[in-house]
Amino acid sequence: MSKFEIVKPGSGNPKEPATPKNVPNRGGEANPSGIALKEQFSAAILRIDVVNGETNVLVETAKVLDIVRWLHDDATQSYEYLSDVTAVEHRDLSMPIEVVWHLRSIKYRRFLRIKTQLKKGTKLEVPSVWPVYKGADWLERECYDMFGITFAGHYDLRRILMWEQYKEGFPLRKDFPLRGRFSRSEQLRQALDANPEAKYSMEELSVADAFEELPLDMRARIASGEKTGE
Amino acid sequence: MATKRTIEVELSTSGLTRDGKPQRVPLVTGGDTGVALAEPPSLELDGEHMLINIGPQHPATHGVLRLVLELDGETVVRCIPHVGYLHCGFEKIGEYRQYNQIIPWTDREDYLNSIGNNVAFALGAERLFGIEITERCKVLRVIAMELSRIASHLVWLGTTCIDIGAFTPFLWSFQERENIYNLLEGWVGARLTTSATRVGGMAADIPDKWLEGLRGFVSTFPKTIYEVDRMLTKNAIWVGRTIGLGVMSPDEALNYGLSGPMLRASGVAYDVRKDFPYLDYETYDFDVPVGTNGDVYDRFLVRVEELRQSVRILEQCIKRLPDGPVNVDDPRVILPPKHKATSEMESMIHHFKNVMEGPRPPVGECYVAVESPKGEKGYYFVSDGTSKPARWRIRPPSFVNLSAIPKMVEGHLLSDVIAINASIDIVMGEIDR
Amino acid sequence: MGLTSIPHSASPENASSGPEIISIEPKGGDGWVTTRLDFLVNWGRSNSLWPMPFGTACCAIEFMATAASKFDLARFGMERMSFSPRQADVLICAGRVPFKLAPIIRRIWQQMPQPKWAISMGACASTGGMFDNYAVVQGIDTIIPVDVYVPGCPPRPEGLIYGIMMLQKKIMTERMSNKSIRDEMEPDPSSKLYIPASRIDEISEPFGNSVHQTRSAP
Repeated sequence: MSKFEIVKPGSGNPKEPATPKNVPNRGGEANPSGIALKEQFSAAILRIDVVNGETNVLVETAKVLDIVRWLHDDATQSYEYLSDVTAVEHRDLSMPIEVVWHLRSIKYRRFLRIKTQLKKGTKLEVPSVWPVYKGADWLERECYDMFGITFAGHYDLRRILMWEQYKEGFPLRKDFPLRGRFSRSEQLRQALDANPEAKYSMEELSVADAFEELPLDMRARIASGEKTGE
Repeated sequence: MATKRTIEVELSTSGLTRDGKPQRVPLVTGGDTGVALAEPPSLELDGEHMLINIGPQHPATHGVLRLVLELDGETVVRCIPHVGYLHCGFEKIGEYRQYNQIIPWTDREDYLNSIGNNVAFALGAERLFGIEITERCKVLRVIAMELSRIASHLVWLGTTCIDIGAFTPFLWSFQERENIYNLLEGWVGARLTTSATRVGGMAADIPDKWLEGLRGFVSTFPKTIYEVDRMLTKNAIWVGRTIGLGVMSPDEALNYGLSGPMLRASGVAYDVRKDFPYLDYETYDFDVPVGTNGDVYDRFLVRVEELRQSVRILEQCIKRLPDGPVNVDDPRVILPPKHKATSEMESMIHHFKNVMEGPRPPVGECYVAVESPKGEKGYYFVSDGTSKPARWRIRPPSFVNLSAIPKMVEGHLLSDVIAINASIDIVMGEIDR
Repeated sequence: MGLTSIPHSASPENASSGPEIISIEPKGGDGWVTTRLDFLVNWGRSNSLWPMPFGTACCAIEFMATAASKFDLARFGMERMSFSPRQADVLICAGRVPFKLAPIIRRIWQQMPQPKWAISMGACASTGGMFDNYAVVQGIDTIIPVDVYVPGCPPRPEGLIYGIMMLQKKIMTERMSNKSIRDEMEPDPSSKLYIPASRIDEISEPFGNSVHQTRSAP
C-alpha cells in the first residue's frame, strides 16, 4: 500500500495555501523549511533570502544530495515533489552559474528553491538528485545538454534535445550566439550528416539482433563499454 | 496476485443491449493497485530480443517522438525514448526579447493550450513586476484558461480515440473545438495562436455580446461530453484496451514528478489550482477528480470529469464577471490609449519607452506555476533589471510526464504502448521547446 | 475542374487557349470520349492526392482541423491520409523543422515515389518564421524542393485548402513530354546539400526586424 496519504484539497492542511500575493520584491516571511535547514545543516547553508515571496536557499554544492534527501525523507518537511531542475547563467559573465532545484511539499503546501553556485573555469559538476527523485532524470539531462553541467551520479547522462554528435556547444550558455556558431549551410550539412542509425545509443545497439552485422569499430566500442553514440 | 473483478460494460456502443441490460464481462485485473490486466507472457520463451523503432514520423506518436523498443515476442522489455526532434530554442530566444514580445512564443510552445500559456506567462511576469491585476482581468483570464483546458482535452480525446481505434469522437471533439476557435477569434482575432495577454492585462477586452456566445457554448458542450461518456466509458473495446495499462502507484507517480491528470489518476489530489491557487481559483466551486488505479482508463475518466468541472467554472465566471477596466492603470507596463498617445506628450513618451525599451522589472526571480491541461506548467524568470529576462525557463509538464514512459510500458504489449503513450497527453512543442 | 463537355464550336476564348480539352461523342450505341492523355492523367492525379501529413507543431493542429468535419479535406480527394511515405503523393510539412529533424524529412521525401509534390504549410516550414535561432532550419526548401508555400502562423484551414487547390492547378499544367519534372534532385554526395551552400546562407540571412533583435539586453 502507498505510504503517501492523500491530502484532499482544503482539508487537513496545517496552513492556508501558500501563494504569494502582493509580496514585496525583497524580504518577507521565509519558508519554515529554510529555518529547519539552517538548524540541520548549519555550515552547508550559505544564505537564505526571500524574493517575491519565494524562499531561496543557497547551499554548498557538495551537500546538495544530502540536503534534498533530508527534505524528501523528513516527516516534518516532506518535499515529495520535484518541480524542476535548471540552471541560470547571468549576463554578467563574471558571476557564477547557478543550478536551481524547485521543490514542493504537497502535504504542507510549501515551495522551496534550492540553489548552488558553480564558479566558471572550474569543472561544472553537481551531485545528481536522481537517486531521490526519479523525475530528475530528464531534467538533469536537459540541463547537461543546454549548459554542460555534469550531474555526478546520474545513470545515463547524455544529450537529450540536441543530437549526440552536436558540435556547436551548449546552446543556453551566454557565450553561445543566438544563431549558433556555424553558418546556416554548415549547420544544415552537419544535421543532414548525422546518420539516424548512429543515433541509437550503444545500449540499444548492443541488444539488437544485428550486433554481428555491425561494423567492427562499433562492436569494439560496445564491447569496451562505451555508453553513447559518437 | 491477479484477482477477478467484474466490470459492467455495454457491448453495444449505442448504450443499451438488446434486452436493455448491461452485460457483465469478467475482466481479470490486478489487486488494489490494478496491475496488468492479464499475466504478461512469460519471459522464459528464450526468444531473441528484437529492437524496433517507432517514430519520429509516426501517426501515433502525436508529433515527432521516437521510441526504441526492445521486444521479447510482443512484450516490451525495455523502452528508450528519444526526444528533441522539435527543439526550437524557446528559452534562448526568450533572453533576446522583451517581456511582452515573448508572449507570441508562449503560444507556440504548448500549442494546444496557447491562451492558457499566455495567462501563465503574464502571471509570472506580473509577479516579477509586482503588479496586481484588476478583478475583471482575473475573471477573463480564468475564462481563457478553462476554455483552453477544454480545447486541449478535446484534442487529447480525439487523437487518443484515433490511436485506440475509434474515429467518431475525433470529429465530435473538433466540432466543439471549432466553437472554441470561433469564440477566441471573436475575442483576440486568432484561432490557435492567440497572444491574448499583456503584462498587466489583456490584449483586448471581450467584445459586446461575446458572453452570449460563451453562454451558448457552456449550455451545448455538456451534451458532447455526455455523448463521449456514453460512447466510451462502458464500451467493451475501450475498457478492454485501456484498463490496467501503464499503472503508476501514487508514490511512483509523485517520485517521477508526474503532474496533472496523470498524477491525479494515480490517486494524488494535487491540483495547482487548489493547492497553490492563482487568479482567485480558491473562490471558485469545483472538484478535483481523482482516480484510484492510475491506469490509462482512469486517466480518461479524470480528463472527462475535468471537462465537466471546467464547464462549471465557466458558468461561475459568466455570473461573476465584473465591469471595470481590464488593464491596470500603470504607465510603466501598459500602453496608453491610442488617442492619448497621439495627442499628449506624456503618453507619447510612455508609449515610446514601452515599445522601444520595454518595461523593466526589478532585479529578482520568481517561479509561477499554473495547472495546465498537461499538469504543472511553470515559468521561471530571472531578471537582472533589464527589459529582457536573463533566464526564461519553461517547466514542461509533459516532458516530465513522458520521462516515465519506460516505466509505464514495461511488460506490456506493443499495441498497448500506443495507448499508454496517448494517455500521457504529450505535446512535442512543449517537450522539446 | 470536372469532366465537362465542351462544344465543338469553340468560343473565341477557348480557341485562343489552345485546342479543346475534352470532347464527348454520345452518338450511336457506344459513346466515346476524346481528350489529351496529359489532361486525363493530371485530372486523375490532382483529384486523388494522398497526403503524407508531416505534422510537427501548431500547423499540424490546423491541419487536423482541416481534415475534420467542418472543413472536410475529403472534398478534395484527400481523405486518405497516408502515414507511410511509400504510398503518398504530396508531402504536407506542417510545422517548424529543427535541424535534428532535417535528415528525417529528407529521408521521407526520398522514400516517396514519383510523382510527388510538397506543400510547405506555415511560416516556420517556409522560412523558419519567428524561430531565427540556432535550432531551426530556415525554410524546408533548403532540404527538399517545395511546390506550394502556404503563409500564416498557422494558416487557417481555408488557407491550406487554397494552397491545395493551387497545387491541383499546378498539377493540371504538367506535361508528360517534359521529362525533367520527374527527375529526382540528387544531393551533392560530399555536402549532402542539393543547392549550393552559398545559396542556403543567402536565403537564411536574417531580414527585416529580425536583424535588430540579436542583442540580449539593451
